[in-house]
Amino acid sequence: MLISLFITCYNDALFPETGKAVVTVLERLGHAVEFRSAQTCCGQMHYNTGYHPEAVDLLRHFLEVFAGAEVICCPSSSCVSMMRDHYPKMAAESGDPELIRQVQEVLPRVYEFSELLVDKLGITDAGAFYPHQVTFHTSCHGLRSLGLGDKPLQLLRNVRGLTLHELPQADQCCGFGGTFAVKNADVSAAMLSDKTQCILSTKAEICSGGDNSCLMHIGGALSRQRTGVKAVHLAEILAATEKAR
Amino acid sequence: MSVRVGEAAEALPFPEAAKKMVANSQLRRNVRHATDVIRNKRGKVVGEKEDWQELRAAGNAIKRHTLRHLDYYLQQFEENCTKAGGHVHWAKDADEANRIIVDILAKRAEKEVIKVKTMTSDETRLNVALEKAGITPVETDLADMIVQLGEDKPSHIVVPALHRNRMEIREIFLKKMGLETLGYEPQDLAGAARTYLRERFLRVTAGISGANYLVAETGSVCVVESEGNGRMCLSLPDILVTLAGVEKVIPRFEDMEVFLQLLPRSATGERMNPYNSIWTGVTPGDGPREFHVVLMDNGRTKVLADEEARDTLDCIRCGACLNACPVYRQTGGHAYGSVYGGPIGAILTPQLQSMEHSQTLPYASSLCGACYEVCPVKINIPEILIHLRAKVVENGDSPFSERLAMKGAAFAMANAGRLGVAHLFARLGQSVFEKDGKLEDLPGLLGGWTAFRDMSALPDQSFRDWWEKREAGR
Repeated sequence: MLISLFITCYNDALFPETGKAVVTVLERLGHAVEFRSAQTCCGQMHYNTGYHPEAVDLLRHFLEVFAGAEVICCPSSSCVSMMRDHYPKMAAESGDPELIRQVQEVLPRVYEFSELLVDKLGITDAGAFYPHQVTFHTSCHGLRSLGLGDKPLQLLRNVRGLTLHELPQADQCCGFGGTFAVKNADVSAAMLSDKTQCILSTKAEICSGGDNSCLMHIGGALSRQRTGVKAVHLAEILAATEKAR
Repeated sequence: MSVRVGEAAEALPFPEAAKKMVANSQLRRNVRHATDVIRNKRGKVVGEKEDWQELRAAGNAIKRHTLRHLDYYLQQFEENCTKAGGHVHWAKDADEANRIIVDILAKRAEKEVIKVKTMTSDETRLNVALEKAGITPVETDLADMIVQLGEDKPSHIVVPALHRNRMEIREIFLKKMGLETLGYEPQDLAGAARTYLRERFLRVTAGISGANYLVAETGSVCVVESEGNGRMCLSLPDILVTLAGVEKVIPRFEDMEVFLQLLPRSATGERMNPYNSIWTGVTPGDGPREFHVVLMDNGRTKVLADEEARDTLDCIRCGACLNACPVYRQTGGHAYGSVYGGPIGAILTPQLQSMEHSQTLPYASSLCGACYEVCPVKINIPEILIHLRAKVVENGDSPFSERLAMKGAAFAMANAGRLGVAHLFARLGQSVFEKDGKLEDLPGLLGGWTAFRDMSALPDQSFRDWWEKREAGR
């Protein structure tokens, strides 16, 4: 299967390792990966902050870039939820029938990384080896908007050498929330301190997740507090093998 | 018409108010404990209802239908309530509502009035208007009484003294009830409150209530509560005045079947409210001799006019979204500067005020969706928050630095060529701040980030650069 990677803007710039890991996993599973280099951003930051005309421009750009793509994989549940929750409404509001049609056509072909593996490719064992103590942060968009359920956990449970620790109060937001983290920095930090306390209580050495946005926020605090606990995207764990070590 | 929502027009911006609350560790502990207790109870009693999702859908459908035909049902209510011996008054805003109520009580030379919990009267600041007219309001809901005696403000729409713990309440009672001694146990505090209130229930001849539901087909009013103080206020006085927002009307008596299940389970984690009082006009020989209802707009019809946000009026004031909200759980209700706190307050207050004040409230959310998940009438609060944010931006009320950053980002994201150049500039810019691959102290907007967390520096190679190299090498 030819899988088109939508890396997302912040993974592209800040977390290239996650993108490389997605490519590694999908190629290892026997699929071809393409990267359409004209891609930029889904528009979530603009949309959620209230800059809707700018977000519609980015939506149009996304559709142009991914026209005709068979399967689109995105290693960020929050960007996928932006598309599923808001693209139809944005298109409807534009009143442009072509835009509405394009959105309807593209959405069923967009998969979050763990959805792609478990639902589309029927994989729960990606053949990984990762001898670490790991806990998993289910981001709010993955949990409530996409309804990922235990898909990421199924994938982690089948990683050899990995011990999975349940995260207490897993349904509580970590406090990232995009521009919320800077516009309401104090509340965001208070929410984050609750999250890091829960993570540290598990004794895990790695906090994984499906969204580098939450992980950047959580990892930033774990690093500032010198906890020695690292935040690592799910794809990077699944990409790890004994041979690659 | 001037709309007032408590003192929200004079409130601090949310981030500033929240900063103070977050620094108050006692308050955070109190709010955390109380919301945890209610959340757990709610989870249990909601979980045992197999048809919970169907009930939510029904509640949503009834509310939507009613609000689309609000004029019809309000007039039907007026007609039927009047037929049953009640007097119906219409108030366009808070001041008019207060004036009507004060006039009714002043005409009878009432000097005191007992009140059963009504958030709407906090919205209009009715107590201030009553005191000005020489009428002493007595809050009889335990939590409202704590707030009133403590000269405090409500911090939650269902449990307004949730920010106080037992020791703080004991101090307030000792001081304000003129007691020599008072025990520390909940039953000691409840006993003191009971003695204090009982005397007033028996003495005062006028009562004020809010309304949970106004039933159009019968002209009935329904108030639900847990302490029995409401039943006292609704049945003992000679005269009763009910203040209700126009959105409280429901079409049929049997519609209460849905709401009397949704509300208690969502609000207090009870299967049913201990007291469900329903009355229709006046009944000779039973209850108040004189009954008035004040139907108040105070900005609600303007909310109704906004197609994308009108679902805000579906709210049945259960407070489940407050208890579920990770922001509210850190700050408590006072940070929202309004009688309506939490997620519902963040969408309701700015809308009632025509987006003139409280523009920081729509941003007081990480959009985590917990509010939408628990809402018994399925109000998509995150969607409405985003809609209101767009209004703030449209009105030109967003901060200049933010507009600049957003326009800049939109420009850079318009095509991949520009994005590549932006990566380059960002890498150059960060070199001043970088230390061991981390950024610990950034200026401007990003300072809010690095005040609490490290930021990973942009790596030398973006994903697209890596991919390009890889493809070239094939």
